[in-house]
Amino acid sequence: MSGWIDLMGEAALLVRWPATIAAAGAPLAAMAVLQRDPLPGVIDLVPAIDSLLVCFDPLTTDYERLSARLTELARQPPLAALPAGREFVIPVRYGGEDGPDLVEVAERTGLTPAEVISLHTATEQRVIMIGFAPGYPYLGWLPPLLHLPRRATPRVAVPAGSVAIAAGMTGIYPTTLPGGWHLIGRTTVQLFDPAADPPALLQPGDRVRFVAL
Amino acid sequence: MGSLPETAVIEVIAGGPLLTIQDGGRLTARRYGVPVGGAMDRFALAAANRLVGNSLNAPALELTAGGIQLRFGARMTIALTGADVQAHLDGTPLAPWQSVLVPAGSTLSLHGRRGMWGGRNYLAVAGELAAEWAIGSASTCLAGGFGGYEGRALRSGDRIPVRPRLGTVVEGVRWWPADRRPSYRAQPCLRVLPGPQRSVLPEAWEKLLSATFQIDQAASRQGYRLSGALLPARDLSLPSFGVVPGAIQLPPDGQPILLMADAQTTGGYPVIAVVIGADLPLAAQLLPGDQLSFTETDLTTAQAALAQQSAWLTTGPEDDEADWLLSQAGAIG
Repeated sequence: MSGWIDLMGEAALLVRWPATIAAAGAPLAAMAVLQRDPLPGVIDLVPAIDSLLVCFDPLTTDYERLSARLTELARQPPLAALPAGREFVIPVRYGGEDGPDLVEVAERTGLTPAEVISLHTATEQRVIMIGFAPGYPYLGWLPPLLHLPRRATPRVAVPAGSVAIAAGMTGIYPTTLPGGWHLIGRTTVQLFDPAADPPALLQPGDRVRFVAL
Repeated sequence: MGSLPETAVIEVIAGGPLLTIQDGGRLTARRYGVPVGGAMDRFALAAANRLVGNSLNAPALELTAGGIQLRFGARMTIALTGADVQAHLDGTPLAPWQSVLVPAGSTLSLHGRRGMWGGRNYLAVAGELAAEWAIGSASTCLAGGFGGYEGRALRSGDRIPVRPRLGTVVEGVRWWPADRRPSYRAQPCLRVLPGPQRSVLPEAWEKLLSATFQIDQAASRQGYRLSGALLPARDLSLPSFGVVPGAIQLPPDGQPILLMADAQTTGGYPVIAVVIGADLPLAAQLLPGDQLSFTETDLTTAQAALAQQSAWLTTGPEDDEADWLLSQAGAIG
């Protein structure tokens, strides 16, 4: 099984991989290869769960060469190039006002709140992508016991710093935002600062361990 | 001629529906979830800057849907591009797509669409518009609350600092010929390339190309909801992937969304088509209630159309006043 590429307008190509290859790190590995050996005209790389969006300047890019290179990365994902990623520890106050959905998550998963916290903190999670809002990291993967779909009704305002789970992943709200994930805790770590370079604390590929306060 | 740059202000008397500082946007921070942002109509922004001798993507004011009044605190050269919104300078009609030297204390007012099309204008000042820079751009990121003017839309009473540059550009009229602009018009037919999920949703693609749509009230710099025709949709439950301004998403309710400059960087709805970059200026000039349709094009055409616009921007404005007067009289252009 190999991946494939599609046009996303004349200034971007979307490389996608089958779920298993993507879960093994194909998007981040391909991104690492393209950063190490950049192609002229490529402006930005946006990794996601099973894809990598390659944005380029159509006026200066050799399109044939770029699409050939990306087709090769789609067909033969360079998994060996998957970067080790930096390590982060993020302290979290679980439950109570900080994690109003912890009890419900426990009920729905058949665990106790303490077991949910224990599972969440025991799992090292990788930043798979940043999206939805500036600096919003999607971390994965959670053990299957913690897999839940999104909430049926999203909240209008989720407080900044909220640590939430859904779809097998953890998300952290960098600012107050609407959101449909289950809120299990909160951190005071600042995830996004427009005055910093880069503006996001976490980058795709970083490894994160949560610790309970 | 020539004077040292000193700080002057443009005072906002009325901000209208939306008045923000925008430039070429943030093209390299999408991996951090930062929207591209920048001018909705990038051609009109670049032309305004070119008219006053600035670099193409310099910060300028994006004025939405008229109802705006600005007072110039000092003598400066400005250019207004985009829609014809019955602009007046101290009560005298001011046609867009030209540079003009405005006296200190003069007031520019934009009333509203005169013709059948238009929603956005760009006001560039020869010199520098002082703005808050963040992540390589002065664009106002409304969702993130940074960049531009305190990360927010300008409103009545705000004073925008500028450093006017006088004497280094032609102080007579420079004007931008109509045949070197995108083909702005009412009910535009936007050219699209097939999106990544076009083959999964072939009926939606067919209907997208045959129906006429209307810009819904739910329209912002992030994107436009399109009403008028429902497309056959399915919930594909896709994992989120990177998207671009111009992408046409199809949520399960069948009402397509055309993503614009401030779009989120990733999304999980199928993308059935993508409006080509050269036609995004036409999309940027649409307001709620306006009609539009879509037609298929190919990559070669999309690249050529963009290259054409780039060439027009390289050629730049005209400075022959006689031709300008003729063009205003409708004889040419």
